[in-house]
Amino acid sequence: MNPAFSVIFLTTLIGAGQGLFLALFTVESYAAFELLHAQHRSFYAAGSMVALALLVAGLVASFFHLGHPERAWRAAAMWRTSWLSREVIALPAFMGVVFLYGAAHLLAFNPLLLTLPSGTPVNLTAILGVAGTVLAFVLFVCTAMIYACLRFLREWHTPLTVLNYTLLGGASGFALATAVAAFLAPSVTAFLAGWAMILTVLAFIGRVASLIRNARIKNASTVQNAIGVRHPRITQRSQGAMGGSFNTREFFHGKTPAALRAIKWSFLALSFPLPIALLGLGWAYHSPVLLATAFVVQYAGLLLERWFFFAQANHPQNLYYQSIG
Amino acid sequence: MTQLALVIDLNVCVGCHACVTSCKEWNTSGAAGPMSDERPYGADPTGTFFNRVQTFEVGTFPDTETVHFPKSCLHCEDPPCVPVCPTGASYKREQDGIVLVDYDKCIACKYCAWACPYGAREVDEKQKVMKKCTLCVDRIYDQSLPESDRRPACVMACPTSARLFGDIHDPASDVSRAIREQGGYQLMPELGTRPANHYLPRRKTRISIHEDELMRADNPLKIDSKLPRPGLQEPSLDDVTSW
Repeated sequence: MNPAFSVIFLTTLIGAGQGLFLALFTVESYAAFELLHAQHRSFYAAGSMVALALLVAGLVASFFHLGHPERAWRAAAMWRTSWLSREVIALPAFMGVVFLYGAAHLLAFNPLLLTLPSGTPVNLTAILGVAGTVLAFVLFVCTAMIYACLRFLREWHTPLTVLNYTLLGGASGFALATAVAAFLAPSVTAFLAGWAMILTVLAFIGRVASLIRNARIKNASTVQNAIGVRHPRITQRSQGAMGGSFNTREFFHGKTPAALRAIKWSFLALSFPLPIALLGLGWAYHSPVLLATAFVVQYAGLLLERWFFFAQANHPQNLYYQSIG
Repeated sequence: MTQLALVIDLNVCVGCHACVTSCKEWNTSGAAGPMSDERPYGADPTGTFFNRVQTFEVGTFPDTETVHFPKSCLHCEDPPCVPVCPTGASYKREQDGIVLVDYDKCIACKYCAWACPYGAREVDEKQKVMKKCTLCVDRIYDQSLPESDRRPACVMACPTSARLFGDIHDPASDVSRAIREQGGYQLMPELGTRPANHYLPRRKTRISIHEDELMRADNPLKIDSKLPRPGLQEPSLDDVTSW
């Protein structure tokens, strides 16, 4: 496939936004159970605003993918069958909850709704946080299933796609939360940096697993059953047009295998070991700048990772477009 | 249930591209808007086409065979492009099984093109909607046309009648008979999309020659000789004269 930058930015930005929200609510939950120090509401409010900004930026990026963005509202119609439609519903719903969660913290509107038998208070933000957590995971599944449900694209048609979208989004979100905490809630920086490193390691394992899997798969279709001629040697002599077509523009990335390898090793380095090292250094030296750099480096790596994810998918239609003439 | 489809005879197709130009001519002139071209007279022309003829070479030189392969939307009976469409712009008609795009609903997210394993769908760069073969749905039901013209433009144009059009669910139709009797097959059947369009395979034309057809003999069976008919071993005219 030819990677579209709109979709690369959409999936990476909202992934980081979802991960950041999950990190915020993790801190709040731990604090509610008195496993962490309670944080000032400005941390949650600022964090939610950053998460919301990422989600909005992702949504804006997605519009550049559409030929008719003014009709985008129609995309909510077919949620019964289409994962894309489900994402179109889940993303604004999640954005709404993140907005309410941030607003409740910002305005200090956080009434006690009930108290658990153990004595733990359940505030409005706890309910919103649980709703947001559920929606964040729903959104991870919807986004990833858009690709994982296409069974002809065997590189994507695997549970690893869903796992990796979730882990990569979570890792980048926790890394960003670490940086936000370094400025606004220093006492939880170590906690968040630890989780960011754990998630990055898990994401590394998941992504390498999918790379190994994809290196071994064979396409189900061949040029023989694409045109229905049983002969071991079939060469395309013409694809019907000399000047290229949608089929040649949309489904071929046009990069050399060497460039593809370079991008693969770059994203593996930028997304996983470098951020872990930077998080560790930032943690050890209490440096908010290093922690922020860790997120920036990891996000740059994830842009390359997503580019590679799209480029690696070999569409069966390419069998019909092997040679121009 | 009706399932309209094309049956394309690869044994007959000569690769003249008449179906391509006829398709473009009919569908670019329709009420649905033109099939736009980019730089049609430039160095790098491109444009929207519902139908293309590709060419494949089978075998190794000099023992090769050229297969011309017309390719358009196959109107799958289980179309993977339809359920993924987020707006419902892509749909399969109940009454005749044609897979269509509602240009007023399409947002051109290209997801259907990703879902189609055959590369049958493309974005029209001017109109910004997904387009594909409609089986000339604006023509095959047009009562103002003579009945013989109510066929897709590509079928009308084909000079060798390599393209048949009809209902593949009607066992008595020409297309069903062709599929049944001439080994009609589907593209990428392993994907389970059940394409409605079928292709008829290339066939070798062979003649069998018996020995007595090669041996020059004058009336070897002595059928119209004088009566009473002489025995087969009796000498014939060839045996006794030098002409």
